[in-house]
Amino acid sequence: MDEVLLPTTVDELVEGRAAHPDALLLAGGTDLMVAVNAGTLPVPGVIALRAVDGLRGWRREGDEVVVGAATTYADLLAPDVADLLPGMAQASRTVGSPQIRSTGTLGGNLGTASPAGDALPVLVALGATVELRSPGGTRSLPVGELLTGPKRTALAPDEVITSARLPVARGPQQYRKVGVRNAMVISVASVALAVDVEARTVGVGLGSVGPVPLPAPDACAFAVDAVDWATGALHDPGAADRFGELAAAACSPIDDHRSTAAYRRHAVRVLAARALATACPPATGAAA
Amino acid sequence: MSEVGTGSRTGVGTGTPGGVGTGAPRPDGGPKVRGEFAFSGDLWADGMLWGATLRSPHASARIRSIDVGPALAVPGVVAVVTAEDLPGSRYYGLEHRDQPVFAWEVVRYVGEPVAAVAADHPETARRALAAIVVDYEVTTPVLDAEEALVGPDLHPDGNTFRHMWVRRGDPDARGPVVVEGTYELGMQDQAFMGPEAGLARPTPDGGIDLVVSTQWLHNDRDQVAECLGLPPERVRLSLGGVGGAFGGREDVSLQVHAALLAQVTERPVKVVYSREESFLGHVHRHPARIWMRHSAEPDGRLVSFEARIVLDGGAYRSSSYHVVANAACFAAGPYVTPNAVVEGVGVRTNNPPCGAMRGFGAVQVCFAHEAQMDRLAAACDVDPVALRLTNAMASGDRLLTGQVVDGALPVAEVIRATAALPLPPAAGSEPMGRPGAAGLTTDAGDVVRATGFAVGFKNLMYAEGYDDDSHAACRLEAGLVTVTCAAAEVGQGFVTLAQQIAREVLGVDDVLLAPADTAIGSAGSTSASRQTWMSGGAVEKACREVRAEVVARVAAATGAAEADLRLRAGRVVSDGGAVPVDLSLAAVTAEEPVEASVRFQHRTTFPLDADGQGDAHVSMACAAHRAVVDVDPDLGLVRVVQVATAQDAGRVLNPTAALGQVEGGISQGVGLATMEEVVLADGAPRNASFTDYLIPTTLDVPEVVVDWVEVPEPDAPFGAKGVGEPPVISSTPAVVAAVRAATGRPLTRVPMAPAAVAGVGDAGDGEEG
Amino acid sequence: MSGATVPTPVAPSYVLTVNGTEHGVDASWLGESLLHVLRERLGLPGSKAGCEQGECGSCSVLVDGDLVCACLVLAAAAVGTEITTVEGLADERGTFTDVQQAFVDAGAVQCGFCTPGLVVAVHDLLDRVPEPTDLEVREALSGNLCRCTGYGRVVAAVEAAVAVRTSGGAP
Repeated sequence: MDEVLLPTTVDELVEGRAAHPDALLLAGGTDLMVAVNAGTLPVPGVIALRAVDGLRGWRREGDEVVVGAATTYADLLAPDVADLLPGMAQASRTVGSPQIRSTGTLGGNLGTASPAGDALPVLVALGATVELRSPGGTRSLPVGELLTGPKRTALAPDEVITSARLPVARGPQQYRKVGVRNAMVISVASVALAVDVEARTVGVGLGSVGPVPLPAPDACAFAVDAVDWATGALHDPGAADRFGELAAAACSPIDDHRSTAAYRRHAVRVLAARALATACPPATGAAA
Repeated sequence: MSEVGTGSRTGVGTGTPGGVGTGAPRPDGGPKVRGEFAFSGDLWADGMLWGATLRSPHASARIRSIDVGPALAVPGVVAVVTAEDLPGSRYYGLEHRDQPVFAWEVVRYVGEPVAAVAADHPETARRALAAIVVDYEVTTPVLDAEEALVGPDLHPDGNTFRHMWVRRGDPDARGPVVVEGTYELGMQDQAFMGPEAGLARPTPDGGIDLVVSTQWLHNDRDQVAECLGLPPERVRLSLGGVGGAFGGREDVSLQVHAALLAQVTERPVKVVYSREESFLGHVHRHPARIWMRHSAEPDGRLVSFEARIVLDGGAYRSSSYHVVANAACFAAGPYVTPNAVVEGVGVRTNNPPCGAMRGFGAVQVCFAHEAQMDRLAAACDVDPVALRLTNAMASGDRLLTGQVVDGALPVAEVIRATAALPLPPAAGSEPMGRPGAAGLTTDAGDVVRATGFAVGFKNLMYAEGYDDDSHAACRLEAGLVTVTCAAAEVGQGFVTLAQQIAREVLGVDDVLLAPADTAIGSAGSTSASRQTWMSGGAVEKACREVRAEVVARVAAATGAAEADLRLRAGRVVSDGGAVPVDLSLAAVTAEEPVEASVRFQHRTTFPLDADGQGDAHVSMACAAHRAVVDVDPDLGLVRVVQVATAQDAGRVLNPTAALGQVEGGISQGVGLATMEEVVLADGAPRNASFTDYLIPTTLDVPEVVVDWVEVPEPDAPFGAKGVGEPPVISSTPAVVAAVRAATGRPLTRVPMAPAAVAGVGDAGDGEEG
Repeated sequence: MSGATVPTPVAPSYVLTVNGTEHGVDASWLGESLLHVLRERLGLPGSKAGCEQGECGSCSVLVDGDLVCACLVLAAAAVGTEITTVEGLADERGTFTDVQQAFVDAGAVQCGFCTPGLVVAVHDLLDRVPEPTDLEVREALSGNLCRCTGYGRVVAAVEAAVAVRTSGGAP
C-alpha cells in the first residue's frame, strides 16, 4: 500500500483495515504524526479516520453514552455531553492545548494506549467498554482488557476501534492531573473518580502510575463504606485521606525523566483524597 | 512607575516623533504578524539541496571507521562529507578553536557532528544519515565536573577551561554571624522558538554566500572561512530572520556544515534543524555547583565572603572562559564585600557543551548569593530587604575585583522601588488561576501565598581587555536616510532602536535599514547587553557625523551660524540667529549625498591579575525582583502570581520594547526556577523536545509590574544601559525564595521539582548548609 | 522541490484548499505533514516549524474552522477540508486584521517566530469568545509557546483587540 485511504463509512474502514493491516491508522494525528515527523515511524500507507461518517460524535442510548472513536476532546467539552460525562469533560480540558484538543480523539487515545492518556483513567473509573469492528463482526471489551501494556492493546490486526460506551453520570465525577507545568503538559500522575449515587458504587482510574491506567478496587470498596449514601457525604472527614492512601497503594509507578515513582505515588494519594473530599464533602462542612 | 517622555533627552533637540524615548513600533512588526517575514528556515533557492547532520549517540567513544558508501548509494543523495573533506581547519570555536567541525578520531559528547549529507529531499537526507556506518569503540565518559578536574585529559587542551581566584581584603577576616550553603543549578536551554537554519550558496568566485540566523555574522564568517580554506572576503554572511537567540546562537552550529556541502556540491544547500537537533546542536547554560560562606556583623553588615564555583562546561570551550570570570567577579552580588576569596572553575566533561545564555554566569551565582542573603537575614533576625539595603553597593564602591564603580549603580534605589510596588490582589476563584492550573489539581484551600525578594547585577559588554567595537554607516541622499549596521537583530529590537536614534539625531520620520551582512565592518555580537550601547553608539555617531556635515554645508551655503541650525521634520531650520533658514533635507542632499562610516568603541578594560583584581569591566546594571507565589505545598506545584521589579536602565529608550525585555526575561527566570532543565542520562539529553523540555506557557508566567530607575550612565549613548539581562538574573532566586517561604524547605537546587517542593523523597530538596 | 527524488512511497496527486484557493500537490512523500506541504510545496511559509510535535503552536492553522497544529495533520489526509493559514487572515495582501494591528501596536512581537501561530489562535479565540477574561485568554493561548515576550504584551494585544471590537471598531 502506498497511499492514503480516506474511507467514508465504517464498512469501508473495516474493509480497508483488513486489506492493509500494516497501514498506519490515523486518527487525530497528535501521537502518530509526531513519530512520522521525527522519522521514527515508517509510513507504508495510511488509513485516515477523518472522513468516516458516524465515527465522530456521541449519542445517548438509555443510561449510556456511545462516543465515536473519532470524537475529539473539544467535542467532549461541549456542555450537552459534558453534563452526561463530567469526568470525561474535565479530563478533556486537561489535555494538551486547544490545538491538541481539537484534533486528538478518544479512539486515538485508546489505540495509542499510553499510560499517560488522559481519557483512559476516566474510562477505567466508569467501567467503560470499547467496541471493536473487524470483517468478522463486532465485539466489546472492557477498557481494562483492551489496554494490555504501555502502547499495547488487545486489538487484532484486522480490528478497528469504533466507539466507547460510557454510563451516564449518576453522581459527582472528578479528574485531576499533575504535571510539571501549569498547562500543556503530559501527566505525571492523574486520578479519575466516579461516584454513582444510585448504584452506590465508586470507580477510580489512575493514570501515569503503571503500565496501563489502573483501577483501585480497595480504595473503591473503602469509599463505598465511607460515604453516607443518603446524603452523598463522607461520614468521617478523615476518610478522604484513607481513600488516598488506598489509591496510592494501587499504583505501580516508575522513575523517569518526568518524575519519580515516590512523587507519583504521593501525588495519587493527594489527588485521590481531594477528589473524594470534593465529590463527597464531609457532612461537617469543610473538606478535609 | 516612571513615565518615559518623547523626544530628545540629550539635547539633540529634534523632538522627532518615533525618536529616542518613544514606544516606536518595530519596523519588522507588520511582516511578522502577516507571516511574511523571512526567517532563515523559510529560505529557498532553485536547485536547492537539503543538508542534514549525523551526530554521535555516545558521550565518549573512539571512531574506528566511518563508511559513507551506503549513504552515497541512496537515490537522491548528492554528497556526504566528513572531517576529511574540510579544505581548511578542522576546528572551530567562538573564542578558542578546540571543537571539531566533524569528529574524526573521538567523539566527546552526545550530539557531536560526525558527518553531513546533502540530498534533494529532507526525508532522503534523513535516510542517508541512517545509512552511514560509523564503527564506534565506546569508552567510559566523564560526566562529573569534579571528577574531570582530577581525571585524565579528555582533549589535548586539558580539562580545565579556566581556574581563577578573586581575592580581596583580609582572607582571615570573620564576622560573628556565619551562614554557609551549597547550591546547584541544572542545565538550562535557550529554547528559542526558531530552530537553527541557514542557506549556503556557492558563488562564481569560488566563495560562499551564507544566509543564517546568528548573533554575530563576522565571527561566524571568520570561522567558516578558516574551515573552508577561503579568504574571509570570499565568504559573505547575511542575517536570515532570527527566531530568538538568548546566547544559543553565539556559537557556530550548522554554518560550516552548510557552507561545506554547498562548496562540495556546487549547489545551494539548506539546513534546518529539528527541535531535537536544536537541543543537541547549540550550547546550554552551564550547570553549576556553588558553595558559599558569608560572615557578617550582628546587624547584617557583610564582613567576609568565600565561594567555590564549579561550572560544567561540557566537551568544548565555547565561552566557558568568560562565563567563569563573570561568575567569579559577581559572585557576591551587588553588595559591599570588604573581604573575599572566590574560586571559579570551568571544567571540560563529556556532557553537552555549555556557553552563553542570557545572564552569562551571573545567573548561577545570583541564585546562590541571594539564598545566602536570606539565610543571613534570618541568622541576624533582620528583614531580608533591609539586609540587602544595608549592604547595597553604589557608585564609588568597589567590586570584588577592586574596580571602582564609576558609573551609575543604583542598587538601593532598585531595592526600594521594587519593595514599594503594589502587591497583587488575593487569589481569584478560578481553578485556572491556581497552581496546577489546567490540571485542575488544586482547590482554593490547598494554596499558600508567599513572597520572596532578590537582587542581582551584571556587567554590560565584554570584559578583560577585549578590543570591542561596532561599525555603522549612515547615508543621507535626496532626503532619504539609510542606516547600515551588521548588528544581529534576534528579536530584541535593535532595528527599532537604530531607527529611533537616526530619527532623533537627523529629525526625519523615515529611516531605511540596510540588511545586516558582512559587507560592512563587524558590529560585534548581539550578546552581553551590548548592542544598545555599542551599535546604538555606532549608529548615533554615524548619524551625528552626517548631521554635522549637513549643518556645515547649509551654514556655508546660507551664511547662517552652525549653532543656530536645527534638523526638524525633514528640514534644516534656523533657531534664532540673523539668517533665517528653512531648507528640506532633500534639497540639501539632492546633488551630493552625505555619508559617514564610523567605528565605535567603549573605554578600555584590562585583564584581571592573579588575584582577580583589575579594571576588567565597562559598566554594571542591576535590578531587584519581588515574587509573589501561590504554592500547593502538598503537591509541590507553584503558580508565580506576580513579579515586581525595578530595574536600572540608565535611560529607557523605548518603553514598549524595554517592557517586553523585562517580561520575557522574567519568564525565563521563572522557567529556570520551576521547570527548565536539560536532563542527562549518561551524558545524553533525555528531554530534547518541547514535550519534555518545558518552558513557561501563558498559564505559567506572572503578572509583571515594572518600575524603571533612570540614572543616566555617563559613558553610554543617550545614557542608556542594555536591559535584556537583569530580568533573568534575580527573578529566579526571588521565585525560589517565595517558595521557600511558602513551604519552609531549603530548596537549594533549581529547577525545583514538585517532589522537592512537596518534600517527597530525595528529589533535590537540597542539604542544609 | 520539483525534480526531487522523493522517498517512496509517493502519495498520489491530491488537491488542498488553502485560503480559498485549490492547490495541486504532486509527487510528494506520503508522510509529509500539512506544515511541510504548506511551507515547502505551496509557498506559504507563514506557518512556522518550531517543534513538529504539536507542542509549540507556531504552525497553528484552521482546518474546517478548528484550530490545529499543521505539523500534526497528514497533508494527504486533509483533502476536502478548508484550510486557513496566517496568510489568509487579512482580506487582501498588505492589510492587517485587527488582531495583527494590535500585536504590532502593543509590542507583542519580538523575534516573531511564534507570532503567526499566535495571531491565528487569537482569531480563533475571539471568534468563539468575543470578550474573554484574562484566564480565558491564557487558557486559550497555552498551546502557543513564546520565548521572547513572556506573553505580557501578547495578552495586552488581545485586550486591545477586544477593546476595539467591543467599541464598534473594525470587525
